[in-house]
Formats: sequence, C-alpha cells, structure tokens
Amino acid sequence: MHETLFDAEAMIADWRRYLEQRRALAGEDIDELEDHLRGQSVELQGTGLSEEEALFVAIRRLGKLDAISHEYALEHTERLWKQLVMGSGSATRGTTDRELLVVLLLAAAAAFSFKIWDLSGLFALHPDQDLPLFYLVHAPYFVVPWLCGYFFWKRSLQRADRVKIVPPLVAGLVVMNVYPFIPLGDTHLLGILHLPIALWLVVGFAHAGDRWQGDSGRMDFVRFTGELMIYYSLIALGGGVFMALTVMLFSSIGLNPAQLVFTWILPCGATGAVLVAAWLVESKQGVIENIAPVLTRVFTPLFTLLLAGFLVTKLFAGQDMAMERDVLIIYDIVLAMVLGLLLYALSARDLMAPPGWFDRLQLTLVVCALLADLIALAAIAGRITEFGFTPNRLAVLGENLILLVNLGWSAVLYRRFIQGQQPFAALVHWQMVYLPVYAVWAAAVVILFPPLFGFV
Amino acid sequence: MKLNKDLMAASATPLVLAILAEGDSYGYAIIKRVKELSDGQLEWTDGMLYPVLHRLERQDYIMARWGTAETGRKRKYYQLTDNGKAQLAEHRQQWQTVDQALRLVWSRLVQGATVPVISGVY
Repeated sequence: MHETLFDAEAMIADWRRYLEQRRALAGEDIDELEDHLRGQSVELQGTGLSEEEALFVAIRRLGKLDAISHEYALEHTERLWKQLVMGSGSATRGTTDRELLVVLLLAAAAAFSFKIWDLSGLFALHPDQDLPLFYLVHAPYFVVPWLCGYFFWKRSLQRADRVKIVPPLVAGLVVMNVYPFIPLGDTHLLGILHLPIALWLVVGFAHAGDRWQGDSGRMDFVRFTGELMIYYSLIALGGGVFMALTVMLFSSIGLNPAQLVFTWILPCGATGAVLVAAWLVESKQGVIENIAPVLTRVFTPLFTLLLAGFLVTKLFAGQDMAMERDVLIIYDIVLAMVLGLLLYALSARDLMAPPGWFDRLQLTLVVCALLADLIALAAIAGRITEFGFTPNRLAVLGENLILLVNLGWSAVLYRRFIQGQQPFAALVHWQMVYLPVYAVWAAAVVILFPPLFGFV
Repeated sequence: MKLNKDLMAASATPLVLAILAEGDSYGYAIIKRVKELSDGQLEWTDGMLYPVLHRLERQDYIMARWGTAETGRKRKYYQLTDNGKAQLAEHRQQWQTVDQALRLVWSRLVQGATVPVISGVY
C-alpha cells in the first residue's frame, strides 16, 4: 500500500475559499468555523482516523453549507446588501485613507482650475448671465488632467508612457484657442462637442495603464466609463437637492444665495464630483455589482421593440423623413444608445457561456439599428447631393458610417457566434479594436474640419 | 437522537447560556459539552451553533472576544454577560414549569397504561 501525500492545509484553504463565496459569511465567521474544524479534526485523529479522513468527517459534521449560510443570513441580513464601506476593513485601511486624501486634493484642484478664471476676473461668472463661452470650450481641461493624475498615482506606468498624454491635450488646447473660429459657428460648435470625445481616449489610456494594448484593459475602461456616468448622475441628483435646499434655507431668512450657488457650489461641485465619482467606481470594484449591465438587460428589449416598431411603421405608413438637423441628431443618439447597449452587454457577459436568448435579442437589436442607420445614411446622402457638404452633414455622415461599419461587422460576428462558428471573444475583440476609431474621428472633426470649411 | 427543529431552536439558547455560566468557552468546546451532558444523545449540526452564538451576542446575552488557542491559532471565546445571567434565570424558570407539567402528564400516562390509578400521588 502506498501513502498518498495529503496536504491538510491545502484542503482547508480550498474549503475556506468555498465558504468565502457565501455572502452571509464574513471573514471572521470563517476563522471561527476553521477553528472548529481543526478542533474536531484533531480529536477525530485521536480516535484513530487519518488526517484526511478526520478532515472529511469534520467538514461533514459542520452540516450542509446551504442550511448554515441560510442561518447566518437570517442573523446578518445586512450582509446580503453588499456594503461599500469606506475606510473600514483592517488590512487596507491605511491605503484607502491615503487614497481618499489624494482624491479630495485632486477634486479641490479640479474645482480650483475652474474657479481661478472666475476669481482672476478674466471670465467672471454671474448668476444671471450665461456661462462664458471659455468654460464650454475648455470643459474637458478642468477634469481630464486631474483624472489622468489620479490614475497615474494609482497605477504604475512608465514615465515615458505618462508623457504620451501631453501631446493630445496640448493639441486640443492649441486648436481651440489659435484657430480663428467664428464664435459658436458650425465648426466651432462641432469642435466643442467632439473635443471631449477625443480626450476621453486619453483618460482611457491613463486608466488602462500598461494594459491598453489588450482587450481586457480597454474593456475595463468601458466598464469604468459606464459606472462613472451612473455615479456622476447620482451625485448630480444629490447635488441638485443640496443646491435647492441651500437656496430655500437662505431665502427663508431674506437672503439671496444665487451668487454662492452659481459661482461656487455648482462649478466646484460639478468638476470635483467627477473625481469623486471616479474614486467611487475604482473602490467599489468587486464590492457592488456593476449597474450598467443591469440597465442594459432592462433596456435592450425595450430599444429592440422601439426600433422594430419604428422600422415597421416607416415601411407601411412612412413618408419621406424630414431630414432636418435635429432629426439626424436624434438618429445619432439612438444609434449611440444601441452601441452602448451592445458594449455593456458585452462587458458583463461570461465569455465562455453558450449563446442564449439574450444574444439573439442583441442580434435583432443590432440588425434593426443597422436598418435605421441605412435609412439615415440614405437621407444624409440625398441631402448632400442636393445641397452640398456642410460641416454638420459631413460630421453626421462620418459618424453614421463609423457606426455602420461597427454594427455591420458586429452583426456578422454575432451571427457566427450564435451558429457556433466563432467564440464570443471575437466580438469583444472587434469592439475593443474599434474603440480608438471614435476618438480618432472626433479628433479629425476638431482639427481638420475648421480649416476644411474655412472656420465657419 | 435528532431533535425536531423547533425544539432544538428553543433549547439551544438555555443550553448555551448555561454552559457559558460554567465558564467562558468557545464553539467547539460548547458542542462537546452538549454531547457530554446528554450522554451523546443530543446531536446538533455543528455549523448551526455559530449563528445561534451570533444572535445571543447581538442580544447582549453573551460577549465575544478573540483570543489565542493552545495551538497558537486565534480563537473566538464567549462569555456570559449580566443580561445573559438574567436571561438564563428566566429560561430556567420557564423550562422548569414545562418540565414539571410534562413529568406530571407523562407519569399519569404511564400509570394509566400499566396499573390502576392511585390517586393522591401528587
């Protein structure tokens, strides 16, 4: 008879990992149960069992895990709600405290980078006047550098890589300030709208660090973006309530706090909150489920219905579309939504899972979006041949073509996946490779369109 | 012998409190003591004791602290609180009442089944 090597510690470690998947059991509970397991096992060995047998019996005597964790759950219901507790937890306390400090400093710096132009009197804010154009033009610059700084602080990235973010930031600054734009003319407005899209890629580069070349690094950035938008919206809602209460409280004692609210709370809050939201997204990873994929699940069927209904209506009762500018913009927004739904469905999907009904639904959605995109493209093309190019038409044409290519190839890949000819990862890879295309096009709109169209 | 679920739930609290009244203890030792006291007749599912201990801790009948076992590993010890002592006394009274009533009725049943009723025993 030969001895097989039995590693009791490895088995206990496995058992612990298994318990750790149960939400109702906290780390200290598992420590306590482990102590029990070891005590029982030692005693059983005293009766002549081998270490291996003793451990098996001891684990068995602890009882059915489902039943036990059910009892724990009854006693600790709060644990079923995953809590994002800041600065608690013994081991990581020091680092989270320091991170909070860094984030608050960066948020203050972001707010200050906005406020300084008001305080210096160059672009003063007035509660009853429009925001000076300066702030719209430079909006990304109050946030993007500080966000990049946060990620640089958080992740290790070579200095040579860090400075790569400088040229695009400087280029945007130069273009927006040196080009002889007609204020709020077509190309100026397009530049203001497209600059943030182009610079968001810079944030992605800083976020992914040295993982930017891989699909997973980029996908993490997509997840980060979705969660950031949701967190920022939630903070903005809270901020709205806060400002409304500020106004009401001070009004009740006969003061008008508009100056305070519109020149301090709103601008400082709106810029600083981006950093705070980014920090929330970073620190909640793995603590709370991502919410963007959940919304995706809810809205994918609804958007599929909307687009299918629209296409059918157009087919039977449709008249020629009024191809006004705002109608085209609605088309673009719908298509961008579809792309978002596709991306966030991908971001939460188990790459190994076999095709299911949701994949078929996604494919339906993509095909409907493709058809809608073709309709829009036909309309734009008609308008361009009739009236010639304008900056707006060219921008919309480009965006629709980019979406057409993306959605078209996605539909092909999705179909192949559902038919079992290709792994799901191919679809993810395609989307991730495509990610920079949006930013490159946006950069082209910012940099090339103005001279092309004479800065109108 | 496996107790039914309700009885086990009802008896766990006084048993644990009473065992802790004998002195501070920890999970595994408490379960061993239960077996000892019942001559091996009472078999709890070991894992079920711990949620009970946590409930008693929340109710402030017992207090927990982390200590070190003889093996050098960390171990969670439980100690009866003043509240727990009062609770134990109350439990004891209730159980004695139940016990008395049951004894009476058991003895009547036994007597009724075997020998003619002898009045005036109780």
